[in-house]
Amino acid sequence: MDRLVLLVSTGVARGLVIALFALSLVIIWRAARIVNFGQAAMAVVAVYVAFAVHAATGSYVLAVLGALVTGALLGLAVERGLMRRVPGATPMPGMIVAIGLVMVLQSLLGVLFGPRHRPMSPVFSQSPLYVGDVPVLSRYDLFVLVVALVVVVGLGLLFNRSTLGLQLRAAAVAPEVSRLLGVRVPRMVTIGWMLSSAVAALAVLLLVPTELGLNAHSADVLFVHAFTVAVLGGLDSPAGALVGGLVVGVLISLVTGYASAGLAPLAVLGLLTTVLLVRPGGIFATKEARTA
Amino acid sequence: MSAPAARSASTARGGDTGGGAVRGGGAGTAAALAVEGLVVGYAGAPVVDGLTLEVAPGSVVALLGANGAGKTTVLRTLSGLLTPRGGRVLLDGDDLAAVRVEDRVRRGLVQVPEGRSVVTELTVEENLQLGALWRSAGRAARRTAVDEMYDLFEPLARRRASAGHQLSGGERQMLALARALISRPRVLLLDEPSLGLAPRVVAQLFAVLRERADATGLTVLLAEQNVTSALSIADRGVVLALGEVVADAGAADLAADPALRHAYLGF
Amino acid sequence: MTRTTARNGARSSTRTIVLRAIMLTVLALAATFALDPFRNYQLAVVAATFCATAGLTLLVGLTGQLSLGHGVLMAAGGYGYALVAGPAADAGLGGVGRFALGIAGALVLSAVVGGLLGLAGARLRGPYLAGLTLALVIALPAVATQVPGLGKDQGLGVPFEAVPAPLAGVMVVEQWHAWIAIVVAAVAVTPLVVLRSGPAGLRMRATHGDEVAARLAGISPARVKVTAFVASSVSAGLGGAVLAVVAQNVGPGRYSLAFSLLLLVAVVVGGLGSVGGAAVGAALVVLLPWLVDTVVSGAGMPADLEQRLSGNLAVAVFGALLVAVTVAWPGGLAGATAGPRARLARRRRPAPAPVLDPDTDPAQEPTSDPQPLTER
Repeated sequence: MDRLVLLVSTGVARGLVIALFALSLVIIWRAARIVNFGQAAMAVVAVYVAFAVHAATGSYVLAVLGALVTGALLGLAVERGLMRRVPGATPMPGMIVAIGLVMVLQSLLGVLFGPRHRPMSPVFSQSPLYVGDVPVLSRYDLFVLVVALVVVVGLGLLFNRSTLGLQLRAAAVAPEVSRLLGVRVPRMVTIGWMLSSAVAALAVLLLVPTELGLNAHSADVLFVHAFTVAVLGGLDSPAGALVGGLVVGVLISLVTGYASAGLAPLAVLGLLTTVLLVRPGGIFATKEARTA
Repeated sequence: MSAPAARSASTARGGDTGGGAVRGGGAGTAAALAVEGLVVGYAGAPVVDGLTLEVAPGSVVALLGANGAGKTTVLRTLSGLLTPRGGRVLLDGDDLAAVRVEDRVRRGLVQVPEGRSVVTELTVEENLQLGALWRSAGRAARRTAVDEMYDLFEPLARRRASAGHQLSGGERQMLALARALISRPRVLLLDEPSLGLAPRVVAQLFAVLRERADATGLTVLLAEQNVTSALSIADRGVVLALGEVVADAGAADLAADPALRHAYLGF
Repeated sequence: MTRTTARNGARSSTRTIVLRAIMLTVLALAATFALDPFRNYQLAVVAATFCATAGLTLLVGLTGQLSLGHGVLMAAGGYGYALVAGPAADAGLGGVGRFALGIAGALVLSAVVGGLLGLAGARLRGPYLAGLTLALVIALPAVATQVPGLGKDQGLGVPFEAVPAPLAGVMVVEQWHAWIAIVVAAVAVTPLVVLRSGPAGLRMRATHGDEVAARLAGISPARVKVTAFVASSVSAGLGGAVLAVVAQNVGPGRYSLAFSLLLLVAVVVGGLGSVGGAAVGAALVVLLPWLVDTVVSGAGMPADLEQRLSGNLAVAVFGALLVAVTVAWPGGLAGATAGPRARLARRRRPAPAPVLDPDTDPAQEPTSDPQPLTER
């Protein structure tokens, strides 16, 4: 029983980071109707910048800000500088360009920083707190939980209660009608990219202390997990991303704990395949056409 | 009033406004919307070739013609979705050439495009809020504007929290119209609003249009295949065939002249 | 039923394609005599890669299904070969028999995996299929380690194919392996070219262009997509089998995400939908990294920098190529050279029979090929 609690709480902690990254995918889907395959690589670049800021100033807060700002700027640069030039009739050229971007970014990072994993010590303690005798979440996990909740609530307010959010959503689902109503659609798409990239950077920054460290490929697996979460929860649902993240995180933890760590990727793949084939709509999605 | 005889399209590029154009507001009143020698087309043959027309302020002009005559192309060009190869579009005398699509709303030119233009993923309230964005800054002003529309269109008030895709065809078109009116446009363009709607609903919508034009001085350019309904609320009718104006006359004259009706309106 | 009439009146019949293929194969086989053993090894790898890229270019270019994990299908072929040829060798079977059985194993396994993926692909739209294939390729090492009998990280050994006795005096083993690779590639790719030139190819293009219209014309989009997936998977599987024979081993390390992405680079740069482009692309992704490594190590840099560059520089170039080609030359090399090639063909053609490379099916000319990247 103790083991179960420990595994579940570890899973929750891990799942929150996945959920946060999945949220970034939800943002860009809600604002631009695309899946950004370059999300992980862009986030990793932002976290390298955060590392540099941290090394220079010693302040975690500034590092976080550095990650957010760099993420946003990267989103701006990629959307304005690259994605706008891509023929947009089908999603495929965008995906291919994103993959090309990933290759360039990851290889440049590899040349600049080498394959070494750069460790990062967590800003709060990672030793578990105890409820009675049972170890549950650590202070760091609670920190991540708070951050994730703040982001979810903030995004919810933005998208559903603000005029900017209304324009973002309208621009994504009905671009031409929105333009006729005066919405600056290209600007909305850019904002979506910037927001999405900033949140992804935050997610990776929160992830790094729990792993070996930062290197060019740190976020590849996270992307796959987050994609699974986004699919599970519905690409346009922030709440779905949160719940889905917890589900996937706990699944991975349980599989790793009770079976073996090597089976975890297979479990995720199995989950992804099942959801895609059986309930393509995702659990929380509104009407979403993902079947051909 | 000009004689209701068919006249050949003006081929002059940017200048000739077609002698005898009807003005609704008395001599000297500038047109709210003026099109001069418009040429729109894709590679090869132009879809609209040298179109010229004027819409006087506060009047309702019906833009008539069969499928493929170029009505939608004209309206899309007026809103800026298409760039003309030649000619000009003037709103209250200002050339709109440099004005982007998004900014034309701010200038008072609003379109209800063809088809179901309601954003189905958003609720009725959200659709209206979207339309009100450019009306005025300030949450309170927007709230007032939205409530005005609920007063004008009672069925929408009942369904304010429903998502667009839950509305019937008539309700959607009502919403599209409300959304356009909410920003108090100067000139309202409508592209076949009656398509697929029951006659009773069409009559209701058109009555609202006429009432708005009379009450607030709204200028309306109504592209329609539903000739009878359109002419019943219009001051003038402009008939389009193959991208050219082939008749431009008072609505009553158009409706009454059998030769004209037969030649261009098919009945 | 297997004739298509192209714009300039040329025809590509099955017979023409097969004859062309035979001619090219014989040329390639002859060319191996002019190459040193290392080059022959590289040629074998290129030929194996070509098996995969030829299928992938049709899959992505003709049916619009983006697979980020085609390496997995090569792996399936490699494992399929090893799983059958290994025990066959243990049982004492040798030579052609063992090879044929191994190939059969490769065909079966890659067809099965491809079929399953194809069924998924038929139901999913672009980004979702891409995401699924991405998850699959990242999970491959886990599959290799967790499923018993797959040899975990080291993979499986593959029986050595020695030069057969009659040729032993004439060629070394690398050349023999190049011969195997070339012949397998011809056998794998030629049916793909025939497929695309015939009614199946038309159906694929129709489905890609407008599914609803295709359905109304009696075409089943699901069936077309699955067929394309299986065809490309089987071809890739054969390539994987060849790689296994050449390396005498098959393991998860070779079929990483990076490798699958290289396959994508090959088909995009070569031109989506062009088999000739796929050949050029295959050569590019095999030879360029080697070239870059050679240049880098010859430049005399500090060892640390050299190591960092050697893996990454080629990848950076490929990534940049992906972006540049998609944005600036959506038709890839095939699209960019289509004009000159067509003019060349017209000038060379004196009589009814067109002198056209079978890989440049006239229907590939940009104006009649629905280049998906430039559709508006």
